[in-house]
Amino acid sequence: MAMHAHDLPDASGHFGPYGGIFVAETLITALAELNEAYAVARHDPQFVAEFEYELKHYVGRPSPVYHARRWSELLGGAQIYLKREDLNHTGAHKINNCIGQALLARRMGKPRVIAETGAGQHGVATATVAARYGMTCVVYMGAEDIRRQAANVYRMKLLGASVVPVNSGSRTLKDALNEAMRDWVTNVSDTFYIIGTVAGPHPYPMMVRDFQSVIGRESIAQMHEHCARQPDAVIACVGGGSNAMGIFHPYLPFEGVRLIGVEAAGEGLTTGRHAASLTAGRPGVLHGNRTYLLQDENGQIIETHSISAGLDYPGVGPEHAWLKDSGRAEYVSVSDVEALQAFHDLCRLEGIIPALESSHALAYAGKLAPTLGKDRILLVNLSGRGDKDMHTVAEKSGIKF
Amino acid sequence: MKRIQAVFARLQAQGRKALIPFITAGDPDPALTVPLLQTLVRAGADIIELGVPFSDPMADGPTIQRASERALAKGVSLRQVLGLVRDFRAADQETPIVLMGYANPIEAMGVEAFAAAAGDAGADGVLVVDYPPEEGIDFAHTLRRHGLAPIFLLAPTSSAARIAQVGALAGGYIYYVSLKGVTGSAALDVAAVAARIPDIRARTGVPVGVGFGIRDAATAAAVAKIADAVVVGSRIIEEIEQSVPAQACANVLALVAEIRRGMDAATSTSGGTTWAG
Repeated sequence: MAMHAHDLPDASGHFGPYGGIFVAETLITALAELNEAYAVARHDPQFVAEFEYELKHYVGRPSPVYHARRWSELLGGAQIYLKREDLNHTGAHKINNCIGQALLARRMGKPRVIAETGAGQHGVATATVAARYGMTCVVYMGAEDIRRQAANVYRMKLLGASVVPVNSGSRTLKDALNEAMRDWVTNVSDTFYIIGTVAGPHPYPMMVRDFQSVIGRESIAQMHEHCARQPDAVIACVGGGSNAMGIFHPYLPFEGVRLIGVEAAGEGLTTGRHAASLTAGRPGVLHGNRTYLLQDENGQIIETHSISAGLDYPGVGPEHAWLKDSGRAEYVSVSDVEALQAFHDLCRLEGIIPALESSHALAYAGKLAPTLGKDRILLVNLSGRGDKDMHTVAEKSGIKF
Repeated sequence: MKRIQAVFARLQAQGRKALIPFITAGDPDPALTVPLLQTLVRAGADIIELGVPFSDPMADGPTIQRASERALAKGVSLRQVLGLVRDFRAADQETPIVLMGYANPIEAMGVEAFAAAAGDAGADGVLVVDYPPEEGIDFAHTLRRHGLAPIFLLAPTSSAARIAQVGALAGGYIYYVSLKGVTGSAALDVAAVAARIPDIRARTGVPVGVGFGIRDAATAAAVAKIADAVVVGSRIIEEIEQSVPAQACANVLALVAEIRRGMDAATSTSGGTTWAG
């Protein structure tokens, strides 16, 4: 049987040349244990039913698909639909994955969960599920991100989590990930590491994708209800790439549907101050997997920049690297300025305050729509709400609270 | 690889154990690296692990990460590290150098190009922390073609099957990580380590070095009684970190010489161990 793009990863966690298990020996046994536990759980009807129950009654799924009519009219081209992950409990898609992994942690008898976070959304989602299931929770967060996302830090603390500032390296998401890995390797017997994106060593990229794929599965049914057909393109922002993978993966077999990932071009690709790993990076090894990385000529990981902390990461999930090389998905980039414009447009025209991360996907949809006919359909994953970004946006507009 | 085998053969004949200190190349300054390597030899090092700085040293603790950051701040690249090995080798043809680091700088240079250049510079072994056997088979073969020993890690959590898998690939010696955690963590449990060593030696056929958590002469002495080699890293880096550059060599000499004396005192009273092959 031919290997399809959606049959991956292989048994050793590879998506073509990407993915894999690039970790120190100290983590191998923990990953093997996780891999075995997940392999059983994903086919256990009781586990699946529990996950679905939680998504429905705790997260509030299914999240709606909404036709952004006024914005589409103004753009004068394709009709834009929004998958409203911003309406989930905790305000973003991150909670889907956290529930899946927390249920798995409970099944494996691990009472302590740890997480890394950039924008704070994954940290908040992890703290939330830890409170919900009575688990101890420690969240690692770059000191720079703590400064940028003070409200989310407070939310995590309200939920009972300890937030540990990370002062090494660039003090952002990648450094928080390093620190969380160190915690895991030290406390592996009682600790479950809830990785927030489709990166890291196998089985994380596959497992996080599976938990997030509910986004794409719902979208397929909902687009059918709305339009009696599927969209011409599905558009999602890509940092590590979990919301994009979640909506892309169920669409992989729909060959007529373009899949477009939007990376953060920051201050512009030519300035070097961006986070567009797929657009401007080269393959390498970081954080347990082989994927596209932003690195210098000596293989050192370089500091990234994006207005959105959630996209400020020098790597990307290995399945995206594979989808890029195989041509099944396209990857483009959008600057800070363009994302901010889309943020304001959605606020004023649709009464929706999007996350700055999601604003990158919106900005690209805003560019693409006018080039297409009015009968064309774009589906944008509105992965999170923008309440957390008030401070950043106000600062950019010269406003002080 | 031959230099490493010669060291273990000589030590076995003497009933002594190998002392393997670790420093990061270019920390605190590339100009100090060769003098520090020569100091380690004078202090009694048998093999030296030379860390290749990396921006994201996930398996290391804060001490070695800071050493990496200091070296990177001086612009130290993998090619420059190989130049330092060449400089050291010009004056010392005996002491094996094992390069220890992460995959990405090596992949950025190109695996084949790296192995050729490392062999040419006079390195003897390479330990890539994030190449476990699953991902490191081709790399291990490439190293061997260039006369370099592929060094692998084993951990307290490694299964018997895994120990055999590592043993099939490993050359030079096995680096047994003596505790759960990262480099520079709390003190190790000697009894727990002692319980694992004979099994590892039997299943792999290469000498077993023990590292992570060895911070003083007493612990080094206790480990020397049970293992073939003792690896000391973070404690030496701390000494370099706390010294003014002009004093770094003298302070490292005192520290490492004391560890050497502790190990030799311990092994002179106990029978030597043997390993197959």
